[in-house]
Amino acid sequence: MDSQIALLLGQDGIVNGAVYALMALALVLVFSVTRVIFIPQGEFVAFGALTMATMQVGRVPGTLWLLLALSAVTLLVETVRHQRGVAVDWKSSIFWAVLLPAAAACLVLFLRPTSMYGQAGTALLLITPLGPLLYRLAYRPLAHATVLTLLIVSVALHGVLVGLGLYFFGAEGSRTTAFSELRLELGGIPVSGQSLVVMGVASLLVILLFLFFERTIVGKALRATAMNRIGARLMGIPTELSGDLSFALAALVGAVSGLLIAPLTTVYYDTGFLIGLKGFVAAIIGGLTSYPMALAGALIVGLLESFSSFWASAFKEVIVFTLIIPVLWWRSFNSHHVEDEE
Amino acid sequence: MTRRQFTLCAVALLMAAWGFLPEFTITMLNYIGLYALVAVGLVMLTGVAGMTSFGQAAFVGLGAYATSWFCTVPAAGAFFGLSVGSALLPWVGLLLGFALSATVAWLLGSVTLRLSGHYLPLGTIAWGLSLYFLFGNLEFLGGHTGMSGVPALAVGGVALRSVRELGLLTWSVLLLILWALHNLLDSREGRAIRSLKTGRVMAESMGIDTARYRLKVFVLAALLASLSGWMYAHLQRFVNPTPFNLNIGIEYLFMAVVGGAGHLWGAVLGAALITLMKQYLQDILPSLLGSSGNFEVIVFGMLMLLVLQRFSEGMWPSLAGFVNRFLRPIAAATEQTQRNLTERILPQRGSVVLTAAGVSKRFGGLLANNEVDLDVKAGEIHALIGPNGAGKSTFFNMISGVDDPTSGTVKLLGRDMHGQSSRAFAAGGLSRTFQHVRLLGPRSVLDNVALGAHLRASSGWIAAMLRLDRGEEAALMREARQQIERCGLGPQMNETAASLALGQQRIVEIARALAGQPSVLLLDEPAAGLPHREKVALARLLTQLRGEGMAILVVEHDMEFVMNIADRITVLDFGRVIAHGTPAQVQVDPKVLAAYLGGDDGN
Repeated sequence: MDSQIALLLGQDGIVNGAVYALMALALVLVFSVTRVIFIPQGEFVAFGALTMATMQVGRVPGTLWLLLALSAVTLLVETVRHQRGVAVDWKSSIFWAVLLPAAAACLVLFLRPTSMYGQAGTALLLITPLGPLLYRLAYRPLAHATVLTLLIVSVALHGVLVGLGLYFFGAEGSRTTAFSELRLELGGIPVSGQSLVVMGVASLLVILLFLFFERTIVGKALRATAMNRIGARLMGIPTELSGDLSFALAALVGAVSGLLIAPLTTVYYDTGFLIGLKGFVAAIIGGLTSYPMALAGALIVGLLESFSSFWASAFKEVIVFTLIIPVLWWRSFNSHHVEDEE
Repeated sequence: MTRRQFTLCAVALLMAAWGFLPEFTITMLNYIGLYALVAVGLVMLTGVAGMTSFGQAAFVGLGAYATSWFCTVPAAGAFFGLSVGSALLPWVGLLLGFALSATVAWLLGSVTLRLSGHYLPLGTIAWGLSLYFLFGNLEFLGGHTGMSGVPALAVGGVALRSVRELGLLTWSVLLLILWALHNLLDSREGRAIRSLKTGRVMAESMGIDTARYRLKVFVLAALLASLSGWMYAHLQRFVNPTPFNLNIGIEYLFMAVVGGAGHLWGAVLGAALITLMKQYLQDILPSLLGSSGNFEVIVFGMLMLLVLQRFSEGMWPSLAGFVNRFLRPIAAATEQTQRNLTERILPQRGSVVLTAAGVSKRFGGLLANNEVDLDVKAGEIHALIGPNGAGKSTFFNMISGVDDPTSGTVKLLGRDMHGQSSRAFAAGGLSRTFQHVRLLGPRSVLDNVALGAHLRASSGWIAAMLRLDRGEEAALMREARQQIERCGLGPQMNETAASLALGQQRIVEIARALAGQPSVLLLDEPAAGLPHREKVALARLLTQLRGEGMAILVVEHDMEFVMNIADRITVLDFGRVIAHGTPAQVQVDPKVLAAYLGGDDGN
C-alpha cells in the first residue's frame, strides 16, 4: 500500500466514521435517557434514504402509511389511557401524532416538492415523528422493565421495521442524487463534494446537539434525566417528555444519516441494521454513556472498516464486529466493582 | 393423575403414535425438537439466570459446521492426528463442536462478566453476525454454498437415515435434557442459578460465585445449541450459513419468550408455536401482501411485543394453569436423611468475633467514615445507630465485604479481611440481611432459606442433574425447615416469598442468614417499616439468638427497638463515632442528644 491509497482509505474511513458517530450519539442519548438499547436506530437510516429515493422517482413512500398508521394507533391508545384516568399530555400527543404527520402527508401527497432540499426536508418530517410514536407504542408500557426486557423489545421492533422496510421498498437497493457534484483534489487525492457534505453536516449536527444540551432548558432537562431518572421526575421533568424527545432526536439523526449516505452507497431495506450496529460498537467504546468517547470510537470503527476492506475485504464485517471483544475486555478492566442491576 | 404421571403418559402416547404419524407431522416434530433444544438453553439463560443471548444460532452453526467439516473433509482427521473409523466420525464431530462452542461462550462470557448485564447480549449480536459472515467467506467451509455429503448418524450400528428414525433420537435427547435441567433447577445449584437474577450482591453474600455461575449457564446454553446443530447437520446432510444467521438467533429468543422464559417446557411450547406459525405464515403472508419476502418476521415481532407487554411470563403458565386444574397436586415429600451439613465450630461466648479498627472510607472529597472503631462479641447484641447520612450503610458495606475501606482494618475471627469479597466473609462465618429485602419473590420461603445454607453443601451440577444429590438436598431442606420453625414462620413455609408481608419477609431474610450457621449476624435496619407487633416478635427472636451465643450487629433507626434489646450501642454522626456504651449511658450522652435533637446551641 502506498501513501496515496492510505490517504484514500483514511478519507473513506472518516466519512463512514462520521455516520457511525451520528449513530453512536443517538444511541448514547436514547440509552442514557430511557435505558433503551435502541437496536432499530439503523432502520431510520434506511427509511430516510429510501424515502428520499422513492420521492426522487416521483412515487409516494410507504413510510407515509406507516407514519399515519402509527399516529392513528397512538391516538387510540392515548384516548383509552385518558378514559382509564391516566393524565395524558394531549399537547405533545397532538404535536407528534396529528400535526407533524398531517404536515408530512400534505407535503408528500399534494405539494410534492421537486427540489432536492424540499424532498430532504419532507423525508426528515416523515421519519422524525416515527421516533416518539414508536417509543409510546413499544417502550412506554414497559417503562419500569429491566434493561434486558427493553433490549428484547428493541430486537423485536427491529424485526418488525426491517420486515416493513422490505414490504415498502422491495428487495432492490437505491441510490440518490448527490447533494454536491463537486470534485476536488486535496493534497493529491480526489475528494468528492458529497463526502465533504457528509463531514460538514455531521460536524454541524454534533455541534448543534452539544449546544442543545449545554444551552437550552430542554436539553438540560434531558441531561438531568440521564443522570438521575427519579430525581429528574421529582424536579418536575416529565418522563414522557424525555422519552419523546430523545427518540425524536434519534429518528432525526438517523434520517439525516440516511440522506447523507444514500448518494455514496446503495442502500437496501436492511442496510441500516449493520450501520446501526457499527454505531453500537462505537458507543460501547464509550460505555454507552460518554459522547466524546463514542465519537472517537466511531472514527476508529470507520477507519478499521475501510482499511480492512483493503486488506481482507471478505472479512471486513467480521473484523469490525470482532473488535467488540477487545473493547469489552478493556472496559471490564476499567470497571472495578460488581454492579448491581435494578 | 399427578403432573409427573401426566407427563409420562404424554411421552408414552407420543412414542406409541410415532410409527403411525404422517411424514409431515414427523418432520415438524423433529424441527420443533431441534429448536426446543436451543430454546431451553435460552430459558436457562433468560428466564432463570437473568441474562440473554441473540447469538444462539451461531452456536448451532458451530455445532453443525464442526461435524460437517470433520465428516466430509478427509484431511480433518489427519489435522488432529487421528485416524477414526467412518462410523465414529460424527461423534468426534460432536465433541469438536462442543469444544468450539464452549470456548467461544467462555470467551464471550468472561469479557462481559464484570460489566452490566446488557453487554453480554450486545456481544452476542456482534458475534452472531461475525460468525455468519465468517461461514460465508471461508473457502474450506464451502463459502455461501455450504458443504454437502454429511453422512447419516449411526447409533449402535443402526444408521438413522429417515426423519422418523432421527426424530426419535432428537426427542429422546430433548426429553432427557429436560429431565436433567428440571433436576438441576430443583437443587442447591439450581437455587444458586436462580439467585443470579436477584442481583449480584445478595447472591455473593450467600457465598455464590456469581461470575462463575453466569459463565457456566452461558456455556451450558451454548452446548445445547451446539448439540442441536450437530443433529441438524446429520438430518439435513448438508449445511450452509443461512440457518445460523442472526435473524434465526433472534427467532430462538422469540421461542423462549413467547413460550415462557421462566419455564423449561415453555421452550418446547414456544418452539412449537413459532415453528408452526412460521410454516403457516410463509404460505399465507406472500399471497396476502402480494409479493414474496420474509414477512413472518413482522408478525413475530408484533407477537413478541404483545407478549412482553401483556404476558410477560409467556404462554406456558396459562396452558399449565389450565391443565393443572385436572391434575392432583404433588404432595411435597419430606425425605429423611442421615446426612449432615458441614458445621462450623462457633466462637466461645464473650470472645470478639468481628472487629473494625480505624476504618475510614473516602468517596472523592467526602469522608463517609472517619476512623470508626467497633467490635462485636459472641453472645451480645451490638447496635449501630445514627441520624440519616451518618455513614451507617457505608460502614455496613465495609464490614460485609461489599466494599473495601480506604484505610483501617476489618477482622473476622481474627483474620484480616482486607480485599476480600463478600463471598469470603460468608465463608468466614458472617451472614447478613438487607435493608431492602432481597428474596426470590416467586420461590417458596423454604427455597429462599435453603439458599442461605449454600456453602454448607457441595454437590455440583452433574450430581444434581443425575439426582445423586438427594441425601444432601434432604439435609439442606431439613436445615431450612429448622431455621424457619425457629423464626416462627412454620405455617408460611411453602408460600411464595413475594406473598408475605414485609415484616415476615424480613424474618425470612433472618432465617436465610441463620441457615448459613453464622458466627456473626449483621442486620441492616431489620425493624424498618414493621408494625409494633412484628417488632416485638423480632426483638424476641434476636434475644433468643443472643441467648444461644450468637454475635449480632444491628444497624437501626428505631430508638425504642434498639434501647430494648442492645447490650452495647455505638453512635455514628457525620462518619465518626460520637458515643459508645450501654443503652443507659448513650441515652444521656449530650453529644448523642445534640446529634438527634439538633444543634449545640443548648436547646
